[in-house]
Amino acid sequence: MIRWLLTAVIALVPLVAGAQTTPEVDVVGGRDAALPIAVVPFSGSAGETDIAAVVRADLQRSGQFKALPEARMTEKPTTGPEVHYATWHGLGQDYLLIGRVSGGGSVRVEYELYDVVKQQRLLGFAKSGPAGSARDIAHQIADDIYQKVLGVRGAFWTRVAYVRSIGVGKGAEYSLIVADADGYNAHVLQSSSKPLMSPAWSPDGNSLAYVSFSGGNSAVMVRSLAGGEARTVASFPGMNSAPSFLPDGRLLVTLSRDGNPEIYSVGAGGGAPTRLTSQLGIDTSAAWGGDGIYFTSDRGGHPQIYRMGAGGGAASRVTNGGDYNADAAFSADGKVMAVTQGRGGQYRIAVMDRGSAASRWTTVSTGSLDGASSVAPNGSMVVYSAREGASNVLYVVSADGRVRERLQAAGNGQDPAWSPYRTP
Amino acid sequence: MQPTVRSAAILLLCAAAAACSKKQVKEAPPPPVVGSTANTGANGANGVDASAGSANGGRFTQEDLDRDSCLRNRVVYFDLDSDVTKQEFRDSIGCHAKYLRDRPQAHVKLEGNTDERGSNEYNLALGERRARSVSSVMQAMGAASSQVDVVSYGEETPVCRDSSEDCWSKNRRVEILYTTP
Repeated sequence: MIRWLLTAVIALVPLVAGAQTTPEVDVVGGRDAALPIAVVPFSGSAGETDIAAVVRADLQRSGQFKALPEARMTEKPTTGPEVHYATWHGLGQDYLLIGRVSGGGSVRVEYELYDVVKQQRLLGFAKSGPAGSARDIAHQIADDIYQKVLGVRGAFWTRVAYVRSIGVGKGAEYSLIVADADGYNAHVLQSSSKPLMSPAWSPDGNSLAYVSFSGGNSAVMVRSLAGGEARTVASFPGMNSAPSFLPDGRLLVTLSRDGNPEIYSVGAGGGAPTRLTSQLGIDTSAAWGGDGIYFTSDRGGHPQIYRMGAGGGAASRVTNGGDYNADAAFSADGKVMAVTQGRGGQYRIAVMDRGSAASRWTTVSTGSLDGASSVAPNGSMVVYSAREGASNVLYVVSADGRVRERLQAAGNGQDPAWSPYRTP
Repeated sequence: MQPTVRSAAILLLCAAAAACSKKQVKEAPPPPVVGSTANTGANGANGVDASAGSANGGRFTQEDLDRDSCLRNRVVYFDLDSDVTKQEFRDSIGCHAKYLRDRPQAHVKLEGNTDERGSNEYNLALGERRARSVSSVMQAMGAASSQVDVVSYGEETPVCRDSSEDCWSKNRRVEILYTTP
């Protein structure tokens, strides 16, 4: 007896209309331990979106799965009775996903996940949403599979905010962009001839804090994705920078209002900031790491990561490897931590799973000017900015560093920030 | 996609190179050479010793901003990850301090910048420290604090975008901009 569960997809938060970009996808590494899965093309059509292809790319990008290329599929079942386990077993697959798309103006997708080895169906769901939601539904299916097979919540149905900068000098143009976590559905939230920097997501995923120079000096702004005017959070004399949200909705910012770059907390509506550091050197890039505030400081001579309590005060040094460690970023539970690590003039992304027994840094990027990493809420992937020629590009890499994919070849993307989980 | 990426990169490089030379011409006409720029002020501005110079009636006028070879030095360059204003730039900073003293209504903005390496946010703070370092020197040489503003752009507004020491050294800079001459 098939029991369908119905999941409604909430209407997309409308974004300010903007240019769409098409991402480039290069898997530059492989992983032997990845789980083999066959994602068969779904029957029916969801307009331009090939739902199976989106699911396949998501699972592959996580580094946890190895998707069977469509060309190697000898059968293409779309319903349960058409599934022959022997065929997929023969192709070395552990899992099989099939599905059907229907709906006129809206989108309805039914899908079924099978365990080829145990010869049983693991999932059978239907999801529906308004026209244009096919990619969201595909990402949600990938999340369901990730959760069912690995027991970890998937983070494919999430977003990435970043800054695109083009040109130098007076003709430079900066855009604050929000896209799906795979780089598609990119929308421009704001453009400026002055730098835009450091986007950071609110805990509910409904707004972004960022740094704008539109008024001449730097200012920390917060803007709702639903539209409307940007609110000023900090616009004091001196530098106003490096925003990140605390779990309670307040923000950590770096201000030099008292003469030196120091870390403060401030309400999302602005108001009087509370000073948390007091050192002669640079203190900046504060982020909540689950068990305290992590920040970058050169108080020891070179930039390193330090940790202090939620109320500030005494700090202890966290990083030791490399000459240069900056920009600590965390998964939602704080267990996975990423930093920009400089060693011998090369800057790369290093990741540590603090929840594992042998916690040590793994270098997950291969460039020489990599930086600005941000961790997916489930800790499975990291997005970062790399330099290729004279352009910036964004990469997503699995937390173990084995699978790396360029999100956006043409786009001059920098300063990426991975959104929190989204809720239907 | 590779050919497209490459041609885009080449285009950008060309654009960057053009912007480099253009910006340099505009903002730092004579290269900041040690010694040669001091003591050549049209009105007898003597760099570090400018305070003595002003006593002889050698006051700067607005026209000197374009004319005086010392005042035309508007860029201070820094070493990697350093906010120390080097000795070789103190003479030209002294000229600007004297100009500000001679013209109390004048006002400058010091824009701090860094090269592209390392963290954007750390670099924004480093650019701020560099601008404040130049501001301190300028004030120690007689400019009033009310005449000097600082702003940092970190690595966000480079004059060139090549990943080479030559370009990086041009981007590690504080630019002196006269908002009121």
